[in-house]
Amino acid sequence: MGTTDEKKWMTEEDGIIKVRSCAWSAPGDHPTGCGVIMSVKDGKIIKVEGDPEHPISQGRLCPRCLAFDEVQYHPDRLLHPMKRDPKDRGTDKWERITWDEAYDLIETEVRRVWEQHGPECCFVITGTGRETTLWANVYATNVLGSPNRTGVISGASCYGPRCTMANYHLGAGYPELDYAAFFPDRYDDPRYEVPKYIVIWGKDPIYSNSDGLFGHAVVDLMQRGSKLIVIDPRLTWLAAHAEYHLQLRPGTDAALGMGLANVIIQEDLYDHEFVDEWCYGFKAFAECVSEWTPERVEEVTWVPADVLREAARAFATNGPSSAMWGLAFDMQENGVQAGHLFLGIVAICGYLDVPGGLTLAAPASFMGKWRYDAVVSLPPETRDKLIKPLDGRYSVYTTGGAMPGALGDTMIDWLEMENPPFPLKLGWIVGSNLLACSAAQPERWLKNLQQVEFFIANEIFMTPTVMALADLVLPVSTWAEHIGIVMPHFGRNTHFLGAMNQAVDPGDTKSDFQIMLDMGKRLRPDIWPWEDEEAFLDEQLHTEYDWDFKDLQQDVVRQQPFEYYKFRTGKLRADKDPGFDTPTGLVELKSSIYPMFGEEALPFFKEPYYSPYSDRISDEVKAEYPLVLTTGGRNILYFHSEHRNVPSLRSLHPDPLVTIHPETAAKHGISDGDWVAIENPEGRCVQRASLSYEADPRIIHCEHGWWFPEQTSEAPNLYGPFKANPNNLIPHEIIGSTGYGANYKSVIAKIYKVDGLDS
Amino acid sequence: MSKYALIIDYKYCTGCHTCEVACRKEKGLPVEEYGIKVTKQGPVKLGGAWMYDYVPIPSSLCDMCEDRIEAGKRPACVHHCLGACMTAVPIEKIGETVSGKGEKVVCFIP
Ligand code: SF4
Ligand code: SF4
Ligand code: SF4
Repeated sequence: MGTTDEKKWMTEEDGIIKVRSCAWSAPGDHPTGCGVIMSVKDGKIIKVEGDPEHPISQGRLCPRCLAFDEVQYHPDRLLHPMKRDPKDRGTDKWERITWDEAYDLIETEVRRVWEQHGPECCFVITGTGRETTLWANVYATNVLGSPNRTGVISGASCYGPRCTMANYHLGAGYPELDYAAFFPDRYDDPRYEVPKYIVIWGKDPIYSNSDGLFGHAVVDLMQRGSKLIVIDPRLTWLAAHAEYHLQLRPGTDAALGMGLANVIIQEDLYDHEFVDEWCYGFKAFAECVSEWTPERVEEVTWVPADVLREAARAFATNGPSSAMWGLAFDMQENGVQAGHLFLGIVAICGYLDVPGGLTLAAPASFMGKWRYDAVVSLPPETRDKLIKPLDGRYSVYTTGGAMPGALGDTMIDWLEMENPPFPLKLGWIVGSNLLACSAAQPERWLKNLQQVEFFIANEIFMTPTVMALADLVLPVSTWAEHIGIVMPHFGRNTHFLGAMNQAVDPGDTKSDFQIMLDMGKRLRPDIWPWEDEEAFLDEQLHTEYDWDFKDLQQDVVRQQPFEYYKFRTGKLRADKDPGFDTPTGLVELKSSIYPMFGEEALPFFKEPYYSPYSDRISDEVKAEYPLVLTTGGRNILYFHSEHRNVPSLRSLHPDPLVTIHPETAAKHGISDGDWVAIENPEGRCVQRASLSYEADPRIIHCEHGWWFPEQTSEAPNLYGPFKANPNNLIPHEIIGSTGYGANYKSVIAKIYKVDGLDS
Repeated sequence: MSKYALIIDYKYCTGCHTCEVACRKEKGLPVEEYGIKVTKQGPVKLGGAWMYDYVPIPSSLCDMCEDRIEAGKRPACVHHCLGACMTAVPIEKIGETVSGKGEKVVCFIP
């Protein structure tokens, strides 16, 4: 302190301390880690600005970090631990307690459950994005001594599927758009090439910044000449600025992928050298897609045959080009096959691990080893008590997949079983507002979770989920109040490590890590040797680096070394042989792994369960619900269900919006701004109509994650998480045979005008 | 009248709202007021092609962050703009700044 050297992470000028940091959570965000400079006066943050020295964000910020002070000093922030008698769930009868009392209560309850029922009867519920996603598994294993953790979401439809596919087909981490993120001088680095085309498939990255990607890098690249091919049911801003927009029917990505691959192979546009040397199963793959002519693809996907053909040609014949895949791949029953096709297409075009293509990172052990050790720290008989389907289905998810745990669908089945193999007695919710956000059929979840005897929740605000379920709520510190490391892509394609530097005192709040460490020391002291988070981070860093957290703190950002063409130099495989780290050593266009789990080795198309062409539902149902409903498009002002209580953000987008084509709206007598019910056989929700050509006349789009912090908190209202929630319309357990993929983004619905949100 | 102009290369404006919030924070404005506001055109099909554009328009409260410029910084909106499509220049430099930017460029002298 006291120096004016701008390179140092903390400087002081005229009584104002400036702290450089990389933002993460809480409040929620993915590990994008944009560079922030916090101005602190008298121990209070008076301003957050973007750090121009951050190599990725370069001074830019999204509105959420700019409005951070409204979270930090929000009058409703949870500032002290509070408990409530379990019989008072859903009422505002909270009693402030000390941390010692809270920790004593947790210890008593956990030990009671351990002794009376067994550690497997404790479990963790986690969400997405927040820093706690790094810890959630470990909260279960190393604190509660249980293998059971669930992300709630049906079909584990978030990131895990794509990571598993990348693992199985490429033997590598998550393939990402090459936006020169590894290089200090970025796009000017002589090793780099600007992609000629970027395929943006099932993703709206400029608003989502998903998994650590700085989304506006796409705009940087547009400014440098990249053209876009956007594959999206919605006419997004990116789609309107694309050279080709493939506006497909939701849930038909696998059919579209078949068509793209077929054109590229039939017209001989693929990279023969890469295919011959580095791909396995090309002949079988080519045969499998050969029946998917653009005309047939048009019938299924609604994408005109010519647009498909021309986009395929543009992409394959203009190298290097890049491609990015999004959550839409995770969110469909048929998503594993769509992902298989995506990876197959970029591979046969020769765009993997080349400048301006898709980056692949060598496997990183940072944090991974610790998380692995956490699982094996459990005695084998406890590890065997992972909640999984009793008939052995979904073995890809339960045995081999990335981000394992209990599938949300299985959890519900378990809770609804009359005599489950063991009951669930104690739950710990770390970073999830499942009732408003991730749970398919949220009211069913609420009903079933009530049988759990004791719930702990870590949060920064009172949410519907905490109000409905928790018996003890622990207030979490924000990213300005604790230290940490931001690791874009959670270690699977990490272009930099960023320091989360503490700027202000956390008061009576604690970080998710600190809570885990404190309770770990009480409950499983033998595996928690670290004195504090810094000691822990140092030990993690030392698995790969010879420097400490303090070094990272000083530099704020350390970009990672990177090389292209690692498949040629043996740097993608554990045994250092050239090739890919798959069973065949090659990119697996035909999977040698899926058949072991009873899944097809080659991709196929499966019609969504609820669709106008489905043969799994009756014609009457199809006639009654004539529209296709897609959900979950991102809004940059909000991270999933967060930020609805931040005035600067909410004022810019006050209501949940359903986007409807003007002609479709007119047919239903709906005007812009009307409240509209959206309904199907599974359930119903209400949102405000936004009439726009963004929607195809046959497709409507609903926003997700809405609750109303301004409404009554007590049950049954609970801040209204079920009113505008499109997850009411998502079926239970219609997921892929791997266990992955629920159709959150492709069901059917009807719409009609109603009087208001509550009607 | 301001000595500076705000030039927006709006073919790269994504409507991200960053400029609005950055300005509000810089100027300490209440939520009912604003120094700049994003407007939207489309999506609409014109001449067979989609137009879908955002353009932020500064309000009467915009003072071009002259104090920031004088201190060698960029205006708060320009500094944070995610699309990297805003520039602030002295008004005599408008011509040389916009030439070469191609189509869809606006200039505000608030
Ligand atoms: S993406 Fe937005 S919320 Fe996340 S770190 Fe960057 S500016 Fe902050
Ligand atoms: S120049 Fe300054 S005052 Fe004007 S809109 Fe931008 S941030 Fe606001
Ligand atoms: S910050 Fe830039 S890209 Fe975002 S809305 Fe404003 S001008 Fe457009």
